[in-house]
Amino acid sequence: MFAYLLRRFALAGLMLFGLICLTFVIANVAPSDPAVLAAGPDAGKAQIEQARREYGLDKPLPVQFLRYVGDLARGDFGRSIATGRPVGSDLARYFPATLELCIVAMTIGLVVGISLGMLSALFKDQWLDHLTRIFAVSGIALPPFWFGLLLQLGFAVWLGWLPTSGRIGVSTDPGDPITGMLLVDALLRGDGALFWQGLSYIVLPALVLSLPCLASILRVNRSEMVEALRADYITSARAHGVSRWRLVTVHALKNAMIPTLAIIGLRWGWMMSSTVLVETVFDWPGIGLYAVSSAIAGDFKPVMGVTLIVGLNFMLVNLVVDLLYGVLDPRLRDA
Amino acid sequence: MVASRSVRLAAWHFRRSFASSLGLGLVAVIVLLALAGPWIVPYPDDVAGKVNLADKLLPPSKAHWFGTDEVGNDILTRVIVGARLSLLVGIGITLAAAAIGVPLGILAGTAGGKVREAIMRVTDLFLSVPGLVLAIALVAALGPGIVNAMIALVLVWWPGYVRLAESKALSIRGEPFIEAARVAGAPGLRILWRHVLPNSLSPIIVKMSMDIGQAILAVASLGFIGLGAKPPTPEWGAMISIARGYLPDWWWYAICPGAFIYASVLGFNLLGDGLRDILDPRSHRG
Amino acid sequence: MTLVEIRDYRLAFDTFDGTLHVLDGIDLALEAGQTLGIVGETGCGKSVLARSLLRLNESPPARVVSGAILFEGQDVLALPERAMRRLRGRRIAMVFQDPASYLNPLLSIGTQMEDAIRGQESAAGEAKRPRRAIRDHAAGLLASVGLAEPHRLLDSHPHQLSGGMRQRVLIAMALAGNPSVLVADEPTTALDVTVQAQVLALIAGLVKERGLALMLISHDLGVVAASCARVAVMYAGTVVEEAPTAALLANPRHPYAQGLIAAVPDIDNPAHKPRGIPGSIPNLLKPPTGCRFHPRCALATDICRSTKPALRELAPAHRVACHHATPEHPGP
Repeated sequence: MFAYLLRRFALAGLMLFGLICLTFVIANVAPSDPAVLAAGPDAGKAQIEQARREYGLDKPLPVQFLRYVGDLARGDFGRSIATGRPVGSDLARYFPATLELCIVAMTIGLVVGISLGMLSALFKDQWLDHLTRIFAVSGIALPPFWFGLLLQLGFAVWLGWLPTSGRIGVSTDPGDPITGMLLVDALLRGDGALFWQGLSYIVLPALVLSLPCLASILRVNRSEMVEALRADYITSARAHGVSRWRLVTVHALKNAMIPTLAIIGLRWGWMMSSTVLVETVFDWPGIGLYAVSSAIAGDFKPVMGVTLIVGLNFMLVNLVVDLLYGVLDPRLRDA
Repeated sequence: MVASRSVRLAAWHFRRSFASSLGLGLVAVIVLLALAGPWIVPYPDDVAGKVNLADKLLPPSKAHWFGTDEVGNDILTRVIVGARLSLLVGIGITLAAAAIGVPLGILAGTAGGKVREAIMRVTDLFLSVPGLVLAIALVAALGPGIVNAMIALVLVWWPGYVRLAESKALSIRGEPFIEAARVAGAPGLRILWRHVLPNSLSPIIVKMSMDIGQAILAVASLGFIGLGAKPPTPEWGAMISIARGYLPDWWWYAICPGAFIYASVLGFNLLGDGLRDILDPRSHRG
Repeated sequence: MTLVEIRDYRLAFDTFDGTLHVLDGIDLALEAGQTLGIVGETGCGKSVLARSLLRLNESPPARVVSGAILFEGQDVLALPERAMRRLRGRRIAMVFQDPASYLNPLLSIGTQMEDAIRGQESAAGEAKRPRRAIRDHAAGLLASVGLAEPHRLLDSHPHQLSGGMRQRVLIAMALAGNPSVLVADEPTTALDVTVQAQVLALIAGLVKERGLALMLISHDLGVVAASCARVAVMYAGTVVEEAPTAALLANPRHPYAQGLIAAVPDIDNPAHKPRGIPGSIPNLLKPPTGCRFHPRCALATDICRSTKPALRELAPAHRVACHHATPEHPGP
């Protein structure tokens, strides 16, 4: 197990290096001249050349690459042209908001997905199963940006139950960030009103974000539960008189959770990338919105920063998933 | 006898499953609209981008089922015309991704050793950045536009096929009948062509069916955030992006294009699901 | 006292290709404390029959066509699930074929045993016992099947045990509820030969010690002969002959039973060449009319093709389902 973990960490390190290479390559295939971008829209030839020298863009690519790696190692992601701030500090500000959104969405996805998956496996080929199947396929097929707009229209504009967009009311002071995650900060401060307000803002975007994830967790969990419930060890457990509840929630579910875990890891990545759409719809001040507005403005450094952060986060989550496999499966612990 | 049984089995699966039939039906409708679009739309003039400000932003009515847009074009007309673009783009991305990924995957799975290691590491690398984020990074580098969006999505999509084809090739390589062919002296390429490819085909076809839907969704997503097709191209995502500016007062503007995206993605997903039940009954991953 | 009585039990599986007529009118009885072996080729329906006693066949596809399975006079096929759970483990227990797949790979032995014991106790409406007591109970069971260090074993997982140990664990679990009937479905098939003998001896010892009624399912006539007082021979979903073990081995009446015995190699007499039975088991989608064995039978006549032979008692406790077997003229 330890050797396995060590190998996983080494692999993650390698992947991180690969990721850095990938962003560097993407940045350098760009047909637009980064020096022109860096110098600003109204720059003359001389200013562009000065920018080129200043950013080391006149050096050969390997030198530029080393400089890029060195900068990243110091946490320097470059400077955003649009905000004028270093990309690193922008990311530090926007990332917690995205993380918070994803955690809430994943929680919804896990709880609802696993319970519905279990239920539809138990009532296989009955109306509940057919209903959840339609629901699950819809969840994957619904365009999140459109569904988001519909929810805004329904719950915020017409019913007026929830705020339309944003993360917190304009007139509300969320205080200085502690973790940067509003709900967590509100709890840490014991500020109930702020917590409820934050919750009312996060419900709709989290719901939209969770839907595809919920749907695939549901589907995988259902089919794995169906499989597990048919397994020999379930037959023998039934024969030995194990209660139905234990049989389903422990004996079968634990086996079904291993493949489900794989999809959870995968879906976390999808979720991170869907924030690009959901944050645009709901004006959620996270890295998704940051990436989109930068990409539209042709502002390159922030987009690469977001790519790196999302990739890194995805890698870490998959490392955690690998650890959880070991927790679930005793065969892996001994291997 | 064998063929007739499998045909009957397919028919049985589709008849038995409402979902699969629905998928087949939806895909058939989308394909039909894509083929016949310009000839069957209620307002052919609006296709070319006729401006008719007198009729702008009309609510749904008998004349305009889903209302009109900001230049007075019939929304339904533009959405139907957009079906061709979306379908072509979806199929194009999927085909290109499969054309890159499948050969690489089969090569990796059968060659093994350093070749496999190299191919799979690069694949993992591309898979390490979640799809849409990588696509945005690529579009940001290449510049916005529908062609660049397509290139970006192909670059995002091919690794999935490598993974799938590799795992299939790996498992087939271990099968006794391959061993037998090898012992009998069949050359490597022939084994690939005659045995490995046909046996990996089922899950690849299933994945392609699902991916066409997902690619349509991805292109629409890029269109929505302003990195894909540019208005006035009748692209569904871009239309919703404009419609968003007319919310909430002209809410119906967004309904029709979104419903079409939903219907086509749903159709291809359900179709893929149904195909999987028939072609690849042992796998059951969602 | 008759514990289990199976009456004209017919079971079918509904599949895409049609209905599989898996069991066709089974009549069998098991007395308290009796040992009954059931032999037959793979696919003859013996495991399906064994599972029917605890109603473990997944339905659909399984469908009871007719008949009854009486346990102490109660029809288990008609019991509600709740009442069924009071029987499972408590009255009728089961040991399975491949201990590797019949133990949950992710749960510790202790958890699996605790869950079985708790489930039985709650189904019977007994008071909840503390975990300590249940674990001691489980450890005692493990010790009673000859496993050393039972308390440590409770914390281990199935993959850490050998095949023989796993089968012992499964037997211990089957004994947890102190049942009166033990159904063993090919309990030694997946084990090494030397371990097979140990497990069979263990089962025989437990049966004797606890006065269990045993239904032992096996494709291996030798295994059944060594452990059972009576044997029923099954062919394609029907019981073709049922007799005391010695009588069946010495004087098999049914052509299929004769073939089965002739097919067993004789270790003491290498000159005896085992003979196979020509043909193969029939397609249960379209089972042969009349006697299901007639396409493979050298004696088959028109009546065999048209009429299903009933199980008739030809000698005391010796029943045969063959038109050509008579008391005066025993088979060929």
